[in-house]
Amino acid sequence: MAYSEKVIDHYENPRNVGGFDKNDPSIATGMVGAPACGDVMKLQLKINDAGIIEDAKFKTYGCGSAIASSSLVTEWVKGKSIEEASQLKNTQIAEELALPPVKIHCSILAEDAIKAALEDYKKKHTS
Amino acid sequence: MNHFELFDIPTAYDLDLAELQQRYRKLQQALHPDRHAAGSERDKLLAVQRTAQLNDAYQTLRSPLARAEYLLSLRGVDMQHEQKTLQDPEFLMAQMEWRERVEELDATDFTAMDAAYTELAEQTAQLQAELERLIKADANGDAADTIRKLKFMHKLRSELEALEEM
Repeated sequence: MAYSEKVIDHYENPRNVGGFDKNDPSIATGMVGAPACGDVMKLQLKINDAGIIEDAKFKTYGCGSAIASSSLVTEWVKGKSIEEASQLKNTQIAEELALPPVKIHCSILAEDAIKAALEDYKKKHTS
Repeated sequence: MNHFELFDIPTAYDLDLAELQQRYRKLQQALHPDRHAAGSERDKLLAVQRTAQLNDAYQTLRSPLARAEYLLSLRGVDMQHEQKTLQDPEFLMAQMEWRERVEELDATDFTAMDAAYTELAEQTAQLQAELERLIKADANGDAADTIRKLKFMHKLRSELEALEEM
């Protein structure tokens, strides 16, 4: 299977790899995994008091498409509000990266990682 | 006819692997192409199809994980085509740590490799025991989650094996 140029670019030069301190109250952490292929993804967002995502980092163990999907979303969510970020759909990711049908689950993983991170943020700030 | 019925054994998680293998060999012989050499083209084709089905059923039933997944599918929980993600932060954090550990492992460091294999086998066995308990208790939703977790453990094992082949 051939990867698209965009996937290869993100795979070879992944943006925003790394992590933040998950105990910091301004940090939201989303952990998701895809049982079918065993991919694991950690997405962390740094959110300011105005509810704007200032920074994002990820760490993914998985195939090229999974790494590219998470790399792409860290670029996309930066500067977005929580509300805007929660609107992001896996189909946008799949389209941007020209993912073939068998790799759609990688974009689902990335969408779910954002949702899980925002859920974590909500939990941290309501209790 | 489901896979269990094909072998004429009860549709249940527990089974006798030696007996399963015996029955598999017997059925396989009965379907052997040589036995159908004199038959019509249709008979031959049918024998080939049945052999494929038999092999598939055997491979599914002999693996504890595949057998559990198949049993759940008979109970209406289809995991074959699911694209659902697992969202158990604690388990996934442990998976992340496992992946980092494997990444840093040196395949020529036998003590460290051995320790990783042993620890992984212990954790896998624990989950497998949990799965058996849940399947027998008809706790199908929780059983499905445990199958998902076990798939990550199997992935880890193949990552460890891949290290040794490099």
